[in-house]
This record gives sequence, structure tokens and C-alpha cells, in this order.
Amino acid sequence: MNMASASMGINPSRGSVLRKQPLSSMFFTTQAIPSSHCYDQKGGEIFELKAELNSDKKEKKKEAVKKVIASMTVGKDVSALFPDVVNCMQTDNLELKKLVYLYLMNYAKSQPDMAIMAVNTFVKDCEDPNPLIRALAVRTMGCIRVDKITEYLCEPLRKCLKDEDPYVRKTAAVCVAKLHDINAQLVEDQGFLDTLKDLISDSNPMVVANAVAALSEIAESHPNSNLLDLNFQTINKLLTALNECTEWGQIFILDCLANYSPKDDREAQSICERVTPRLSHANSAVVLSAVKVLMKFMEMLSKDLDYYGTLLKKLAPPLVTLLSAEPELQYVALRNINLIVQKRPEILKHEMKVFFVKYNDPIYVKLEKLDIMIRLASQANITQVLAELKEYATEVDVDFVRKAVRAIGRCAIKVEQSAERCVSTLLDLIQTKVNYVVQEAIVVIKDIFRKYPNKYESVIATLCENLDSLDEPEARAAMIWIVGEYAERIDNADELLESFLEGFHDESTQVQLQLLTAIVKLFLKKPTETQELVQQVLSLATQDSDNPDLRDRGYIYWRLLSTDPVAAKEVVLAEKPLISEETDLIEPTLLDELICHIGTLASVYHKPPSAFVEGSRGVQHKRLPPRSGSNESTESPDVTISAGTQPTEQPPAVIPSQGDLLGDLLNLDLGPPVNVPPIPSSTVQMGAMDLLGGGLDSLLGGDLGGSPAVHDPLSGLLKSGKLQNPIGAGYGTPAVMPASLNATVGGGLGDLFDLAGGIGVSSGSYVAPKTVWLPAAKAKGLEISGTFSRRMGHIYMDLSLMNKAMQVMTDFAIQFNKNSFGMIPAAPLQINAPLAPNQTIEASLLLHTAGPVMKMDPLTNLQVAVKNNIDVFYFSCLYPINILFLDEGKLDRQIFLATWKDIPNENEVQFQIKDCHLNADAITDKLFNNNIFTVAKRNVEGQDMLYQSLKLSNGIWVLAELRIQPGNPNYTLSLKCRASGVTQHVFQAYEIILKN
Amino acid sequence: MIGGLFIYNHKGEVLISRVYRDDIGRNAVDAFRVNVIHARQQVRSPVTNIARTSFFHVKRSNIWLAAVTKQNVNAAMVFEFLYKMCDVMTSYFGKISEENIKNNFVLIYELLDEILDFGYPQNSETGALKTFITQQGIKSQTKEEQSQITSQVTGQIGWRREGIKYRRNELFLDVLESVNLLMSPQGQVLSAHVSGRVVMKSYLSGMPECKFGMNDKIVIEKQGKGTADETTKRYRTTKDIILPFRVIPLVREVGRTKLEVKVVIKSNFKPSLLAQKIEVRIPTPLNTSGVQVICMKGKAKYKASENAIVWKIKRMAGMKESQISAEIELLPTNDKKKWARPPISMNFEVPFAPSGLKVRYLKVFEPKLNYSDHDVIKWVRYIGRSGIYETRC
Repeated sequence: MNMASASMGINPSRGSVLRKQPLSSMFFTTQAIPSSHCYDQKGGEIFELKAELNSDKKEKKKEAVKKVIASMTVGKDVSALFPDVVNCMQTDNLELKKLVYLYLMNYAKSQPDMAIMAVNTFVKDCEDPNPLIRALAVRTMGCIRVDKITEYLCEPLRKCLKDEDPYVRKTAAVCVAKLHDINAQLVEDQGFLDTLKDLISDSNPMVVANAVAALSEIAESHPNSNLLDLNFQTINKLLTALNECTEWGQIFILDCLANYSPKDDREAQSICERVTPRLSHANSAVVLSAVKVLMKFMEMLSKDLDYYGTLLKKLAPPLVTLLSAEPELQYVALRNINLIVQKRPEILKHEMKVFFVKYNDPIYVKLEKLDIMIRLASQANITQVLAELKEYATEVDVDFVRKAVRAIGRCAIKVEQSAERCVSTLLDLIQTKVNYVVQEAIVVIKDIFRKYPNKYESVIATLCENLDSLDEPEARAAMIWIVGEYAERIDNADELLESFLEGFHDESTQVQLQLLTAIVKLFLKKPTETQELVQQVLSLATQDSDNPDLRDRGYIYWRLLSTDPVAAKEVVLAEKPLISEETDLIEPTLLDELICHIGTLASVYHKPPSAFVEGSRGVQHKRLPPRSGSNESTESPDVTISAGTQPTEQPPAVIPSQGDLLGDLLNLDLGPPVNVPPIPSSTVQMGAMDLLGGGLDSLLGGDLGGSPAVHDPLSGLLKSGKLQNPIGAGYGTPAVMPASLNATVGGGLGDLFDLAGGIGVSSGSYVAPKTVWLPAAKAKGLEISGTFSRRMGHIYMDLSLMNKAMQVMTDFAIQFNKNSFGMIPAAPLQINAPLAPNQTIEASLLLHTAGPVMKMDPLTNLQVAVKNNIDVFYFSCLYPINILFLDEGKLDRQIFLATWKDIPNENEVQFQIKDCHLNADAITDKLFNNNIFTVAKRNVEGQDMLYQSLKLSNGIWVLAELRIQPGNPNYTLSLKCRASGVTQHVFQAYEIILKN
Repeated sequence: MIGGLFIYNHKGEVLISRVYRDDIGRNAVDAFRVNVIHARQQVRSPVTNIARTSFFHVKRSNIWLAAVTKQNVNAAMVFEFLYKMCDVMTSYFGKISEENIKNNFVLIYELLDEILDFGYPQNSETGALKTFITQQGIKSQTKEEQSQITSQVTGQIGWRREGIKYRRNELFLDVLESVNLLMSPQGQVLSAHVSGRVVMKSYLSGMPECKFGMNDKIVIEKQGKGTADETTKRYRTTKDIILPFRVIPLVREVGRTKLEVKVVIKSNFKPSLLAQKIEVRIPTPLNTSGVQVICMKGKAKYKASENAIVWKIKRMAGMKESQISAEIELLPTNDKKKWARPPISMNFEVPFAPSGLKVRYLKVFEPKLNYSDHDVIKWVRYIGRSGIYETRC
């Protein structure tokens, strides 16, 4: 049956019959018809519909539109009917109208010219006496994404935003967000944003909620706009509306509240008190959003406060209750609870039992519960947990069983007292002989051995019995590791390893590497019987393999064994560091960010929004507020905004993508991260170098060619990088060219002597406080803050490096991109000790200005690359121009005058320095300390006129006239300079110097 | 916010497709079908990310509902909305089935237009929606009726109209509890909780305020409002639960082809009370070939299609005990996989609240109309049902 003939059989005058035997079902069945057949009829079908749409009978029209919508749903193109459908729009029949609107929303974009036909009806409907029709019109017109139309819609929208009926207003509020998505500029120009802000004070709670939702979304795409101007009053309004609006409105408001930064702990507490009742709402999303607000604001409360303890206690019951919701919501809740127990383990530490797995739980719920059980495992509850895990290990789902087995191992590592019981449980499981259970158990037993060496070796015999059944690489590798590590206690270790060797080339790399190491270990322990075996494996690894990792490791062992077996023993059989308790914790900075996203997708994926959201949304990183008392208002948005006018404090822009910069941002080792053990001992490394004897030198000789920078750690890195991957290009670019380095250091020294002989001490120069340049969240836990200073005629970059990650950081190096004044480090970054977690290192980097020059925008922008053992990171910062003011910046009076006249008048720029209360002498002193020299001072009609000069490091002179009127805190500064681009920055330098 | 909403049948054909945001293309519909509905391996998470687009799905019988977005939306809200959407559809046209969806597709589009605006969930209380989404048109409404609708949809008290009148003022209060248990074979309680609801159904005139008090057995953790004249309070407790039944399982393997199962159930409440609709479900291995059952009370049957022995008892008084024993013949298999031994589950209904909750008083105030608390006829009822009530064996 095809569509056309199907529709023929329907009597349009009998609506009740129609409902029973709907048209739509016939449309859907057409999907099954072979396409060729359908194609034949297609012309006819559209024609048929066209005729029906233009019918005089209302019912027939309506049924025709229904058919059109049905076709649209299954993906057929019915755009050809556009004019005919739009003709049906002018009708009193609301159902028909809604259908036509639905069609319009779908096709208006593809038929922009004809969509204009609809405008009149919208405008008319927005005036309809029935509020439901007014709302329908305003709701629909926002969905018509045609630029031409949007302009016509501004007036009706403006009216609807002020409509007397709340239903129309709440719909209009959302329409502003729609329009903003189509044409942001238009919305701003028309002042809709202000109207939207006014709606936050609306008397109807639903209008408030929708306005908040719309504003929040718009604000997200303008990260720095102060759009959601949250202050005490608006927060109060939101909290009032919170108690009255629908469940969805409560979610919008709570999510918005979570972005607010209370000014102090008292405000935080009072908001918490008003949000807490939401924890008992039936809607899980309301509960989770309330939890988010509380978790965030709790950061600001002092732990000694009684209220802090009360709040902690209040959080547990609602979280537990979330687990009786539908499975999908349980999943969302469990992913969030996983974050919450990492951040604040005390909340749920007594609630272990609720995370026990139920037989009918969907697999995704089971796996998540298991994760949380392990996190909550402690000495107090370990018996119960183990009993449960053992139960789970006999279930059917393979993934779940594996995870349960693994969990038993993790319990052993986490709770020392239970290790023995865990091991015996694992042995019981191995006895079941279920293949994947055995393999998983062996993998975790290996970890237990690493945590408690020389304690449970008695089980090795049992493990060895299962050698043949292991077919997964991870399990094989684990077993081989165990045999190698305990070779001296296993009588037939050589036989066991030899049995693996037969199929060496069919094994995965993981197993091959492990086998190689294990046999070398065996040889070092029992050299007499295993010489043949070790030779066999070394030749397999070095001669018959084309895997570079395997080959290199083979060569290293070979060289090591042949030159110095004692050293080999020290290296290969060295004591290993113990493995830590919890390996899969989320990095603290990421965890903090995710806590700010509780309830959202980010908390489900355990990834920051920037990892899965495109465009500008979500790029903004959220941070937990600092505990009050530390630095009260640094986090409040107003402060950052006002600070924006001062260039030195501008928040640093982190360069997001590496792509374009790689060319300029030099030859830091951008290859794969060099694998350096956490605490490198230099002797070991040296030993490794010697191993390769002359080979290394000859390898590198050509490249390094007598370069004096061999001892520089940076090039040392490059050198080791080259070992495997000799790329010559880019190595000798000017930025690291040793020759230029030497020359400029010399120049710097010269400057120093000049200084000593000449003017006094310039130690009083202004240094801005350190600001965060590279937040830890962008640099895998490395936080860099810093500032610039000029001391004794030298420019320094003063850095604080803080390790917020959980691993030790080493091998720091820094490099600058080309910049406006050719600033580059005069010496490599000297950080000698490894940087332990939570440790901060201060470093001062001497800079000079003889590097390559490239004009930046803004002029004082500096792009920096920092490397450590983890990765390379990029950020950019602004330096205050006064660090470039030279000591020899004082001009002779005559030359000053001549130069002043010489520079054309159009280069003169006037500035106002406001609110400064200093007298002329104090100003002179202050400026002098910053290398701005007063050439002359005059008093004209009661005003002090100061004539000043300064010289930039690149030789540019700037001349200034500063007019000070007694009693007037506003000074006028006129600057003259041949390079007019710098005057703005010099003015800013004046401001900063005079105001600090 | 939610970028689009799709409904599919079990084959993956689109029944409803409503796109709210420009960033969701037509290919999103196919992406979900290919990667989730037709996925070779069953999808193991209700949230799926495909090419930077996130899909949330729930399934009702064989119908898939999927919400799709490209933003960092509130995930809990999206699922709550999908459930709500199911509730709304159910209350409009009954069961969510392919046929019902196709027959009501115009209605569904109309609802979707109303309850989700630009991806923001709007008022979705069925009571309010039914006042103006009727599929009948709204021409007949007077101006007063219209403003009553809009204020109900946007207002604080979304669930009750003004001007309701009854001849007899009656108030029904049901305490409905579901008791959940997980017990080890040795009779140790691994976890137990009661989730309860106090449902009030009122036939009261005007805008009355109802208050009820209860003993201190539970603290109400959850609350929510119901629709129309029904109001619901929810709670949950894990402390001092009265477990109405205990199940004592005994499973013995006799050789490779035979299992002997003995299960004793004991009722643990006042002898004067009667439990009803008792059903014990004893799972049997997949390779069962035959079962012989003997039970003292009720009827027991082996249901091969469900791999279980189902034992039903109509009524059982408190402090009683009953027993079933079964011999299960097994086909010899060389399947290495062990039988996972699912837990024995139980269903029942008892006339008391397993949490121990008791309603102490129930009062009605209506300041505007002239009827008092004494004129109202009040009814209180307790029903305790089994939730997931399982004993491992």
C-alpha cells in the first residue's frame, strides 16, 4: 500500500474514526516499502497533499497537515509544500495552528524568503486576547532561525516580555535566549538583556526561573561579561523564588546559585541554610544541585564551626536516598558520589551497606557501586566488604566479576590488616579454575607482592599451577614478573620461563618485555644454570625483533651484563618503590573543578566540560572558593573586572592550542615525555651513558659540534631525546644559540658596572605582586605564578612553581616566544631538586633583551613555554613596561628641549592620572626609583610642571610632561615618543608606580 | 540544555523527533540508532557520547526515549525529565507502546512544545497540562478560565484549582511502604531499608490545610507534591525495620544431576494480622529437566520459562511457619560455567508499616469555608509491600 492511496480511503468528516485508525501509522509503514516503488509515487504524493492543503474543508486541511508532519518526522523532505502549509496558518483552530508552527520551525531555515510570509501572523498572534495564543506565537517565532525575520520579531517580543500574563512573560524570557542564539548582537542592541535582568525581580516564580535559566546560558557564552550580576539582593530574590517555583525552576536557580561567590563565610552559611531544605526534594536533580551548592560553599566555612559538622551530617541521607531512584538516575548519582567521597570521605563513611550490589541492578550501576565500595573500604568494615566481593566474584557478568576480583586486591593494598584474608580469598577464587577469574587474580596478586614484598610468597606454588591457562597478556606478564622477581625461591623458574620463550615472537610486547627482564633477573640470581637462556632471550630481543623498545632494552641489558655485572645487579635487582594505596584517584585540581559541576554531564564523564563541549561554552574553568580568612575577596567577580584595567594584574591568557605556536615556541623537547624515574639519581644516569660507550658520542657528535651548552639541562634533554629520534631541524635556532647567550650575559655585566659607577641604587622600583599565570588545571597539576622585576639593572622573572599534582615533577625548562622587546632568559631555569607534591619552589630567572624581536599584540605580551617531565605547557602573560626602563634614561635639558620640539605634535598623547595624592618631590623620587628621570621642574601659575625622560631597552626615548595642580588629585600627563605605540603602556607604568 | 528529543521503536525507527537546538543535526537521530539501538554489544551506560554529542536514554517496554545535547547539561535533570515525559504520556494515553505513540503523535508534539521550551523543562504537572492541552482546541474558554489556566501553570500551587466543592468532606490517608531486604544464606541481614509514601487523597472543599502527626519512628527525608487532590510525602529508613518474613534456604547438590532444595518461610508479626499475596520464587538452574515439589501450604509450580519454582500462598497469619521441598533433576552438561545461583525472592503484602510508622493524628483546617475538623470523615490505612526482598542461597 502506498501513501497516496492510503489517504484516499479516509473519510475526513469523521474525526473519531480517524483517531482509531490514524494516518500516521500508514506513513510509518511506508518505510518498509522498497524505495524504488516509493519514488515512482512520490510526485503523486506531494501533489495529492498539495490539493488537500488547499481544500476548503477545515478537517481535510488539518488531516493533510498531520500527514505532512508525519512525513517530516520520518525524515522525508516535504519542504516543497511550504507555501501551502503556511497558507493554513491563519486559522482559529489552535490544533491546526500548532501543527503549522511545527512545520515552520523545521523548514523556515531552508525557505527564508517564504518564511517572511509568516511574520504577519506572528505579530498578530502576539496581540491576541488569549494569553495561550500570545505565548504560542512568541515561543514559536524564536524557533524560526532566519536572520531576516528576527528583526521583525523584536517589537512583539518586547511587548511580550512586559505582558500582564505570567505565562506569556515566562515564555518570552526563554525567547530572548533563543534570539541570542541566532543573533547575539541584536539582543544586546535591543536592550533585551536588561529586560531579562529585570525579570529576576518578577513576582511570578516561574518567570524568575526561566529568566535565570536564559541569563545563565547567555552568560556562559560571554565568560567575562558581568551579565549575571549576582549580588546580595539578587541572591535574596533567587532564594525566595526557590521555595515557590516548579522542580525544574528550582534546578535552574540552584545551578545559578552555585556560580555565585559569597563575600564571606557568614553569607555562605546563610545561603547554605536556605538551600538545605532542597535536599529533601523528590526530584533527584534538585537534590544534586543543592548538594553542589553546599559542597561548594562549605569550602568557605571554617571546620571548627558547629554548623560545618551539622551540614556534613545532613548531606548523607539525601545521597543515600538517591540510590532508590530509577537505575539511570542511580548511575548519575553514583558517578557524583564517587567524586564526593574523594573530596569529603567523612560524609558517607558509615554508609557502606547501601552500596552493596543487588542482583537485579543493571550492570552500569553494579560497576559504579563496586568502585565506591572500594573507596569506602576501611578496617572497620573490611570483613563485610570482603564477604560481598567474594560473592560478586561468582556472578555471571564477566566485566563485573573481573572488577570484583580486582577490588579484592585493592582492598588488600588499602587495608593492610586485611591483606592476608584478601590473599586467601583470591586463592579460593583461583581454585574455582574459572579462566578469567584466575587471570584477574594473578594480576592483582602481583600488585599485592609489590606492596608487601616477601610476605606472601607461599602462594607462588599455587599460581604456578595455573600457568598454562593464562591467555591474556596482562596476566601472562604478571605471572612472568612474579617468577622473575622470586626466581631464587622457585626451583624450576628456568623451566617455567623457558616454556614461555618458545613462542616469544607471538607474544604481545608487554609479555616480551617482561620476559626479557625476568630472565635477566633470573640470570643475575642463578648465573650458573641459566647462561644459555639469557643469551637466547637477548638474541631474540635484539636480533630477531623489530620492536625498538624491546631491542633497546635488550641492548642495554646486554651491554650492562657484559661490562659490569655488579652494576647490572644493582640496576636490575634494585629495590623497588612500594606502590601507593589508591592509584585511581582523580587529580585534586580536576576533582575540585568537577565538584563545581555536580549533577552535570561533566560529573558523569569525570571530565571537565572543555573536554566534550565545543566552542566557547564550558571553556571557562570553575574553581572552588577559597576558605575565608585566607584572602577574602580575590575570587569575587567585581574585583577581577576592575583589575582588568591594570595591565600587570590582568588574568593571564593560557594559550589553548599548541598547533600554531609549535613553530615559534622552539625546540623544547616536544617528543614523547622522557621517562625519568621519580627521584633520579645522577649516578644511575651517568652509568647508563657509559654503557653505550663511544656509540653515544658518535651518535651525537655531528649535531652538537662543540656547542658550549652541553651542560645545560635543556640541551641535555634534547640530547637524550635525540638518542631515539634524531631530528636535526630547529636545534640551532637563535633562541638557544649559545653564542648569543654568552654575548648578552657579558653585556648585562657591563650594565652592572655602569650602574655601580654612576647613579645610586634602584632597588625601590615597583614590583607587582605575583599573579597566577598558569593554573594547575591547565598544566596537569603545575601551577605557575610570577611577576617581573628590575633589580640592579637586570630584569628578572620571579616565578613560583607549585606542584598540585600527585607525582614528583622534575626536569624543568623554560623558553619564550619571540616578543616585542626581544626578552629571553639569560640562563636556563635552575631548579635542582625535584618538586614534590604540594611543594612550591621560588625561582628567579635572569632575562636580557637581545633575543629575536616580533611585535606582539598587546605590545607587552609574552608567550612562554614551560616543560617538565610530564609535558610541555604554554601560557602568556603581560609584563609591565617599566622593567625595560634603562638606567641611562636621563636626558640633558637642552637635548630634551630639542627632542621635544623635534617629535611631531601628532605624536603627543595626553592622559589623566586620577586620585593620586603625592607632591612633586615624592613623585620625582618614586619615578626616579623606576628609572623615570626628572630633567627639569617648573612652577607655572601655581602648577608644578615636571619634565621627564626615560629610555627603553631597545633604545626608544619617551619624553613626558607631568602637570600637578595643588589640591587636585588628578594629574595630566603628556607623553611624546617617536614610536607612539608605547605611550599607552608608559602611561600605565606611571599609574602603577605612582599608586603603589 | 536539551538539544533534541527522539522516540524510537525497538527496530530503531524514529517515531517522534523534536529538535530544539541548532547544534543538533539530523544525523544525531541516526548516530543513536547505529551506536546504541543497533550496537553489537549491549550499551553499558545510560549516557553515551558519540562525536561530542551526548545521548541520554531510557527504555519503556520496547520503546527508546533519547534526549540529546552538545552542552554540559544537568544530567540528573535530563533523566528526571525523561521519566516525567513518560508519566505525562502514560496519563494521556495509557501504556507507552509503538501503537499508542503513532496514534497520538500530534498530541505528543504538542506536549513536547509545551513542557520543553528551547530545551528547558517547563511545568509538566499532568493536572495543569490537562486543563489546556486537550486535543479539542480551546475556543470555548472564557477569559477567566484562561487566566485561571495560566496562573495554575505558572503559579505556586500548580496542582489545585480554586473553587472545588464536595458534598461529603472525606480524607483518605494511606501509608504505603515497600520493604527491601538482602540477606545472606546464613540469615545475616546484609542490607535492609524501607521506602515509604504517605499518600493523601482528599475530597475536601476549598483550599484546606491538612496536618498529620506520626510517631518518631522515622524522619521524613523526602517530600514531594502530587497532583490534583492527591498529595504524597516520601520517606526512607534503614533503622529498626520489622522484617515481615524470613526465608531459610537449604540447597544440596546430590551428584551432578540432582539438586535438593528446601525452603522454610517464617512470618514475623502479630498473630492477629494476616499477610496476603505471598509468593516465593526459587530459581532453578538452566539445565533443569524436571522438578518435583511438595509444599505444606499454598500451591507451588515449576515454571520452565522463568527458570523458577513459584510458590504461592494466599494468606498467612503472623508467627507461623511453612515449608516447601523440591527435587530438581538436571541434564548433564559440559558447560564449565557455574550456575550463578540467583537469590530467592519474595513478594507479599502486610497490613502494617514495616518501618514502625504510625499516624497519631490527622487534622484539617479550612479558614474560608464553614466546615470544621470534626465534620471530615477520615480514613487511615497501612500497607506494607515487598520491594526487592531477596535471600541468597
